[in-house]
Amino acid sequence: MDKITLSCGSGGTLMHKLIDSLFIKEFDNKILNQKKDSAILNIGNKKIAFTTDSYVVKPIFFPGGNIGSLAVYGTVNDLAVCGANPLYISLGLIIEEGLDVKILEKISKSIAAAAKSSGVLVVTGDTKVVEKGSCDKIFINTSGVGEVYYEKLSLSNVGDGDAVIVSGPIGDHAISVLSEREGIGFKTKVKSDSAPLNRLISDILKASSKVKFMRDPTRGGVATTLNEIVKDRRFGILLDEKELPVREGVRQACELLGFDPLYLACEGRVIIIAARQDAAKVLKIMKASREGRGAKIIGQAIVSHKGRVVLNTLSGGKRIVDMLSGEQLPRIC
Amino acid sequence: MKYVDEFRDRHIIDKLAGEIRAAVDPLRTYNFMEVCGTHTMNIFRFGLKDILPKNIRLISGPGCPVCVTPNEFIDKAISLADRDDVIIATFGDMFKVPGSRSSLEKEKAKGAQIRMVYSSIDALSLAKKNVDKEVVFLGIGFETTTPTVAQSILIAKEEKIDNYSVLCGHKTMPEALKILAQDKDVKVDGFLLPGHVSAIIGSRPYGFLAKEFGKRCVIAGFEPIDILQSVLMLIRQKTPKIDIQYTRIIDKSGNGLAQQKAKKVFIKIGSSWRGIGIIERSGLKIRKEFSKFDAERKFNPKIEKPREDKGCFCGQILRGMKTPLDCRLFGKICTPENPVGACMVSSEGACAAYYKYKVRNG
Repeated sequence: MDKITLSCGSGGTLMHKLIDSLFIKEFDNKILNQKKDSAILNIGNKKIAFTTDSYVVKPIFFPGGNIGSLAVYGTVNDLAVCGANPLYISLGLIIEEGLDVKILEKISKSIAAAAKSSGVLVVTGDTKVVEKGSCDKIFINTSGVGEVYYEKLSLSNVGDGDAVIVSGPIGDHAISVLSEREGIGFKTKVKSDSAPLNRLISDILKASSKVKFMRDPTRGGVATTLNEIVKDRRFGILLDEKELPVREGVRQACELLGFDPLYLACEGRVIIIAARQDAAKVLKIMKASREGRGAKIIGQAIVSHKGRVVLNTLSGGKRIVDMLSGEQLPRIC
Repeated sequence: MKYVDEFRDRHIIDKLAGEIRAAVDPLRTYNFMEVCGTHTMNIFRFGLKDILPKNIRLISGPGCPVCVTPNEFIDKAISLADRDDVIIATFGDMFKVPGSRSSLEKEKAKGAQIRMVYSSIDALSLAKKNVDKEVVFLGIGFETTTPTVAQSILIAKEEKIDNYSVLCGHKTMPEALKILAQDKDVKVDGFLLPGHVSAIIGSRPYGFLAKEFGKRCVIAGFEPIDILQSVLMLIRQKTPKIDIQYTRIIDKSGNGLAQQKAKKVFIKIGSSWRGIGIIERSGLKIRKEFSKFDAERKFNPKIEKPREDKGCFCGQILRGMKTPLDCRLFGKICTPENPVGACMVSSEGACAAYYKYKVRNG
């Protein structure tokens, strides 16, 4: 590969290759090499989670959110899935010359509201303006820190029969963004699921000590996240197609455009792997909250399919669910 | 979802699977070719091979338009993309297809103007918005897509949109199937014919497959129940004929208006198919009176001699003589990220389907 293509940023196979062959190799250290959603740092006698994420979504306003709220929730969620309580975030703005100040005000208000609703403070920031054409309206980077309160999340704890739970319908974010894209031209009532998950996750972790792993299925969707989870592990995951929560509007868009909902990005969903005996309890807690009321058990960890994600299809067959290859849709977040 | 869920109903699927098991002769093997790439994909997506008896072999055919497009076409598209005054408009599937030396995706990363569109009509809108550029639409596909491309040219002529043209790589299906039916090395007992091609051409143009070559044929829909019912119809067919399973869309004569539009704009010529070679009267060329909208005549793209990777089995796979698992490159050198042949990159390609859904290396 001599040029970076859009596929290198898809969250799929090519991006993982790029990260491994370049960044992990160059920056090689124990913390980075764990490749968690947040780095877990020991500072004094405290465990701190630290993460960063950049947002380039197009268009910047979409049903159910905008680039500002997305930038807050995305970083909050990356901390929360590591068992941390998100506390502070930074805000880096790269703005294209000529952007309406009104748009920037609207985004800033949305960032403030999102920070308030997820209980974090924006404590530092940076503003850059670039020539017209050097970025598309606005790009945002947020970094965040949080205090780790649950330390038992580890893939090495996952065992045969553990339940795989998703907190709600999948693919809403991708389809809502897509519906606003120029040149695609379809109308849908689907709104982005973009939302903070820290409260839902802390409720779950307070109630159950048998939650083994969590991750939010953003770029590349549930399929890619599950493939990241099973990679090089002694277990696989067996999904049940009939249990997958997919909204009618998302299904329709997928049928029309040839997408598989399993590969569509979510921005307010979490996948939880919990011991089978606690699955019902976890599910009940999730269903009681706004962010988790559509939660479903979608499958289980299974040693007989180690390293693979397999789907029991509606028709009664089986198929492999691979990691996203190439990009299904660029600039989704 | 109405009109989709009904055709994925588990009870009907189980019933059909039972009927197929009862109808097959356990002492013989049935080799059925699903011609269309969408059939191949859906057979994997719904796990249908698990449901069928082991002695029914479903073989992927040449009905993936991206897969049968020769390198020469991609090379020409790339040569046009290199021009500063050209915007290439293409279906997303063509993006990553490797030509002899590069792909559109790589050219885009280098700065070529290449846009993904969902139809030729979108490409026409792009031309209206970019009057200082020439928008070249990459016209590929079988009878299903041809009429819409014809329509875009007719509109361009009527509305005098002079900065729109089509690089024409369209192909027609019956002539390719004739080549397969004639080929003694292609062991196929029956064809699952592509439903959406027949939505345009009807069932009549396939009559020769049964009459001359004694092949059983069923024109099939794309949902699990369609595919299973079509397999059952193939097994039960006593004398070879062209049956229609996809009756909710297809009749004998097809869509007259669409045929008329295509005929008005295109003329039949011999065409090169990847892995098969030149097939007489299997391609379409833009008629002289529309030459203003023919990118080939307008720009006369010059290319170096096209080359194919010799290790790639795409050709034999497209003829149903090999499966992707037989190819030495499959899954090792040739992956969706680094495709050697088009069958690995198209969303309807047999190699892409095997790679995406099937267990690799055992």
